[in-house]
Amino acid sequence: MILFYLKKYQKNSMKIIMSKNYFQVIRAGINTTFQDEGRKNLYHVGIPFSGAMDKRNYLLSNKLVGNKINSPSLEFAYQGPLLKYFGNKINIAITGDVNFKIKKKDITIDGNCYQSLNLENGDEVDILSTNKSVYGYLAIGGQIDLKYQWSSCSTNTKAIIGANDGKKFENEQVINISKLNNQSVERKLNYINTKIENIRIIKGTNFDYFSDKGKKIFLEKEFIVSKLTDRMGMRLEGPKIENVIDTNIKSEGLIKGVIQVPADGNPIVMLSDHGTIGGYPKIGVVISADYDKLVQLSPGSKIKFKQIDLSSAENLFKLYDLETQNLISQIE
Amino acid sequence: MIKNILNLGDAALYCDFGKEVNRETNTQVIRYFKSIQRENITSINNLSPSYNKLIISFDLKKTNFKDLKKIIENLNITNEDDLKNKQIEVPVCCDENFALDIVRLEKKLNLKREKIYENFFSKEFFCYMTGFIAGMPFLGDLSENMRAKRLETPRVKVPKGSVALTEQFANIYTFESPGGWNVIGNSPLRIFDNSKETNPNLINPGDIVLFKEISKKQYENYNE
Repeated sequence: MILFYLKKYQKNSMKIIMSKNYFQVIRAGINTTFQDEGRKNLYHVGIPFSGAMDKRNYLLSNKLVGNKINSPSLEFAYQGPLLKYFGNKINIAITGDVNFKIKKKDITIDGNCYQSLNLENGDEVDILSTNKSVYGYLAIGGQIDLKYQWSSCSTNTKAIIGANDGKKFENEQVINISKLNNQSVERKLNYINTKIENIRIIKGTNFDYFSDKGKKIFLEKEFIVSKLTDRMGMRLEGPKIENVIDTNIKSEGLIKGVIQVPADGNPIVMLSDHGTIGGYPKIGVVISADYDKLVQLSPGSKIKFKQIDLSSAENLFKLYDLETQNLISQIE
Repeated sequence: MIKNILNLGDAALYCDFGKEVNRETNTQVIRYFKSIQRENITSINNLSPSYNKLIISFDLKKTNFKDLKKIIENLNITNEDDLKNKQIEVPVCCDENFALDIVRLEKKLNLKREKIYENFFSKEFFCYMTGFIAGMPFLGDLSENMRAKRLETPRVKVPKGSVALTEQFANIYTFESPGGWNVIGNSPLRIFDNSKETNPNLINPGDIVLFKEISKKQYENYNE
């Protein structure tokens, strides 16, 4: 890396060197990736949507640093990265329910989410953990030097697609900032993530593949989010859901939020990096308005499904979207 | 024709083309898929054609189930020229190191491997859909005596390029992935090219695929 910068130094003018701003990744974190809004119109090729899991928190992070709302930001899960900054003053913001510290030359301060702050040359951001949740977002006020693939830089580590060569963050790598935002205004938002246990669903296309008892279990009993949960899917444990027709269907498309029940009777919810085709019966689909909250349920959390109809789901989405727009407009 | 359009959740149309899995039904699915693609409807996020279904997922901020359903029902569906099938030859090496499940398959089908390969290489395959993992083609149909179930315990890692069978279908693993299909060989041909911004898939729904046996030496010297 040092050699690389030396070469740059020899080649380029002083001005460019001065504007060289970057983060050194000292600790990568458990699953840190670049994410944006995801990529469209590629399911038929076999490429999932991807993009930020918790969309609202992703959008808010960008707004807090004055970025275009759909700019790439860093998504981390559980334990986040430890980053050291080199360069001119830069604005960052963290969203979610996140414990983090800012280490300056002489002092260490506890960080606040939903509040932009400035970093100076040599400062460190240490993202310790997400609090009883899974995902958090770090937006950087400027343009991150990233490769776009199919109009998105979202990294899908399973398909090895997107920014960072399709890989999650590794120790010692560098995040180059090609352009800093002009002004680093401090922005703040009063917002607390609410947690819910009840996830609302619409009946799936194979709802009637399950016995009356199975349907009742699905809609009335509690499930636990298992450890086998990642950006592709969330596996649930609990009372088994009995299938009375067939435990396989002819393989067909999937969308995020679909709840499949394989032969073992344990439901799996498809999340943003899901495989595009599946052959297990679909018992339900999580409504769009509840998706951000669903993905934040960490392993061990309880979850209960509540059935609603399509028009209620559509209305709830309007409300969700209004609230998101409202929060965005509060940041100026 | 579409038999029925249901909602899949609040942001997708589930178009059902009937129970049968055959080329006629699938051709209908592909016609709809291509016609909708050509319309460039901006509220549509994704189209997922499969054997006998087409799932259309959309942006709930821009439209809703009822409105989009109306658009789809009133669409002009193409029925000829642009559906001309591409024909693709896929080289496969059946060296023992690649044919991970051939012994198992001989038992399962009660056929000698020579016969299995003879059946396989003499067949013309039709691409029903691509997906599961990026670019993986689902090709049919194998004759009745060639149909075997998946492995009881799927492999954690199926090598990239593996050519595998299950039920009436053959597929090609476009990259290393977990999987439960019966592997009979390996192709050096690049089926999915992620450096291509448009058409990263070599094989697309509606295409015709012919497999051609190559030796280990040809495999090693294979140059695209």
